[in-house]
Amino acid sequence: MQSFTRHFHPGWLIIAPLLVLVVALYLGPILNILWLSVTDPEPGFGNYAKLGESDALLRIVWTTVRICIITTLFSVTLGYSIAYAMVHCHQRQKSYMLTLLLVSFWISILVRTFSWLMLLGRRGLVNVTLEDIGLIAEPIAFMRNELGVLIGMVHYMIPYAVLPLLVSMQSLDTRVMDASRNLGASGAQTFWRIYLPLTMPGLVASTLLVFILSLGFYVTPAVLGGGKVLMVAEYISVQLLVTLKWGTAAMLAALMLFGVLAMLWVMSRFMKLSTVFGGTTR
Amino acid sequence: MKSGLFSHFNRVGAWVLLLFLVTPALIAIPVSLTPKRFLSMPKGELSLRHFEKLFTSEEWLSSFFQSGVIAVSTSALATFLGTLCAIGLWRVSSKYSELVRAFLLLPLIIPQIISAMAFYRLWIPLGLLDSYAGLILAHTILAAPMVLITVSASLATFDPKLEQASKNLGASNWTTMRWVILPSIKPGVFAGALFAFILSWDEIVVTLFISKYSVYTLPRRMWNGIRENTDPTVAAAAVVLIAITLVAFVVFAIMSRRNAKTQAQ
Repeated sequence: MQSFTRHFHPGWLIIAPLLVLVVALYLGPILNILWLSVTDPEPGFGNYAKLGESDALLRIVWTTVRICIITTLFSVTLGYSIAYAMVHCHQRQKSYMLTLLLVSFWISILVRTFSWLMLLGRRGLVNVTLEDIGLIAEPIAFMRNELGVLIGMVHYMIPYAVLPLLVSMQSLDTRVMDASRNLGASGAQTFWRIYLPLTMPGLVASTLLVFILSLGFYVTPAVLGGGKVLMVAEYISVQLLVTLKWGTAAMLAALMLFGVLAMLWVMSRFMKLSTVFGGTTR
Repeated sequence: MKSGLFSHFNRVGAWVLLLFLVTPALIAIPVSLTPKRFLSMPKGELSLRHFEKLFTSEEWLSSFFQSGVIAVSTSALATFLGTLCAIGLWRVSSKYSELVRAFLLLPLIIPQIISAMAFYRLWIPLGLLDSYAGLILAHTILAAPMVLITVSASLATFDPKLEQASKNLGASNWTTMRWVILPSIKPGVFAGALFAFILSWDEIVVTLFISKYSVYTLPRRMWNGIRENTDPTVAAAAVVLIAITLVAFVVFAIMSRRNAKTQAQ
């Protein structure tokens, strides 16, 4: 008993309420889902074997991974450019840029998805405008295909890509770049050989963060894909709410979960995770 | 670094991108003013009929009300639990408490679709589907990590000697917490409460799984409107949401500026 009280810090008493809640109502059912993936409808790895047997299932997984990779590439590249511009301009201009970034961060996902619907549809503002000025004769299909999903997703993910990059770029010692220039390196050389490698931790964090968030993204792909672009999240929801097949859905969720945890582990090698999350709150 | 031609181009590009992030949402404004009965851009004539419908429709009003109740309750509960937990973790600060902290942040990063599955799975036997309690509990678990982050950030700048001084002067744990720790971390607590409110107010994926008829939040009704893609009332609702976002943002900006000033003094 004495050794127990010696090791038991009273602080745990006020940690407990939230911890108990999360373990009981969140961790519990997640473990249950992992369990379902190897027991429903029958024990064994039948659900996982389906990945090898069913072309449809494999195509959904592949579509998801491909869209996530493309989204991440664009979001992080564009995010890098924004973060770079923000770090290298005057304080006032920077605060305006930050305001725009955060406002877009705060606008409801449903409002944004609705706006894309109005802009990109067959009779949407973009097509109508392009037709009016005579650039196109036929409306371009921006929606119900991967292009629409990509536009919506990149638009949503850019702020998430910028914030970790901003944290990383702000903490750089600018004298290193000055030294490089003084020693005769060109601007491009300094960027590629000094600046980029020094911001690598931020780049890795931003890449993995966007990739993780894209993997389970539901709203935008479901609306802008219009049933034509089926990704894992939407497939899971159909399995549960329409066809009531828990086994396959649980297997996909398990794969996604392990993927996310693996990426978080890689991310924690490069950056303190709390700074990545903390960055989004400032 | 010398700002060369490249930097200049990049800055222009960054501004274009930032405008690209914000402007698409503005299309909801003209669409909401269309005089027609279907979703369209107004031509010449403008009308406020869809706003009138939004503010007189029982369905939309009840959704505003339900979302408000759920978001305020979620924010209160998540702020209470998250703040206590953050203070606890800060006081223990050992190897184990850091593990617990990492674990408690998971609901924020685990894909929402998986969280939705988990709540759906458990809420069926617990009878919490389609109830206020079910939504508030689920949203609280998703929002508490936000509070944990903002309060922990505030605690990081709090001088632990103040706590010792308070105790040496004979204050109880509770008195110290109420009069010494809480006042110094107030900005973190408020920021956490605000983020928790927004998360719940805007949450759709988990809500889609665990609500059906009796609880129909605002995002849920918007989702329906977007899927049906005909009624311009959705556009009016979107405009109201944008306005609320901007007001909340201005309040937040003023608050954090004031905090920065008082801290500088």
